[in-house]
Amino acid sequence: MPDAADIKSRIEAAIPGARAEVEDWTGGGDHFRARVTAPAFAGLSLIEQHRLVYDVFGEEIGGPIHALSLTTHSE
Amino acid sequence: MNEQANEVREAIEHAIAENEVILFMKGTPNAPACGFSARTVAALQSLGARFAAVDVLVDPRIRQELSALSQWPTIPQLFVRGEFVGGCDIVTEMLATGELAQLLGTEPPAAAPEEPAIASGTLQIENRL
Repeated sequence: MPDAADIKSRIEAAIPGARAEVEDWTGGGDHFRARVTAPAFAGLSLIEQHRLVYDVFGEEIGGPIHALSLTTHSE
Repeated sequence: MNEQANEVREAIEHAIAENEVILFMKGTPNAPACGFSARTVAALQSLGARFAAVDVLVDPRIRQELSALSQWPTIPQLFVRGEFVGGCDIVTEMLATGELAQLLGTEPPAAAPEEPAIASGTLQIENRL
C-alpha cells in the first residue's frame, strides 16, 4: 500500500516540474491530502488539473488509495 | 459492454439530462455515508440549491458506469445542466470563490438566501441588532 512519501514522489515524477506536499489525512494509510504545484496546470480547468494527478494512480484511486483530496496550483 | 451495464449507463445519462443539478454520492443528503459526500451536500445546501441526489452504494454498477462516463475516479460527482462540475475538492473550492453560487444561480452564502431556511417559516425572528 502506498504511503504519503510514495504518493509525493510518484506525482513529482509523473508531472513535469511538479512539487507535492502529501499527508496521510486520517493516519489510516488510505485517505491522503495533497497540495500540488506544477507549471503544467497553467491554463487548465480545475477538473483537468485534478485529472492529471488522478491519472498518475489510475485504478489505485478508490482501491488502496481510498481518497486523495487535492488542491492544485500552477505556480 | 454487456446489456446490463448499458442499462445502468443509460439510466445515469438520463438522470443527468433530466435533472439540472444532480449529485452522485455515497448515502443520501439526509444520511451521507462518507465525509466527502457530506461536505458536498453541505456546500449545495449552504447556497439553498435544489438538487437531485443518487446514492451510488445501492448498486456497485452505478459507480462503475458513472466513472467510465465522467472519467473521474472518486465519489461524489456533481453535474449541473448536463456538465460534470467536479468532486468534493472542486465544489468546496468553487463555493469559496463564489463560482458555485454563480453556476447554480444562487446568492453567495454571505447574502440572504433566496429560499428561506426551513426554520424561518415557523420562527419569526425580529433582528434588532
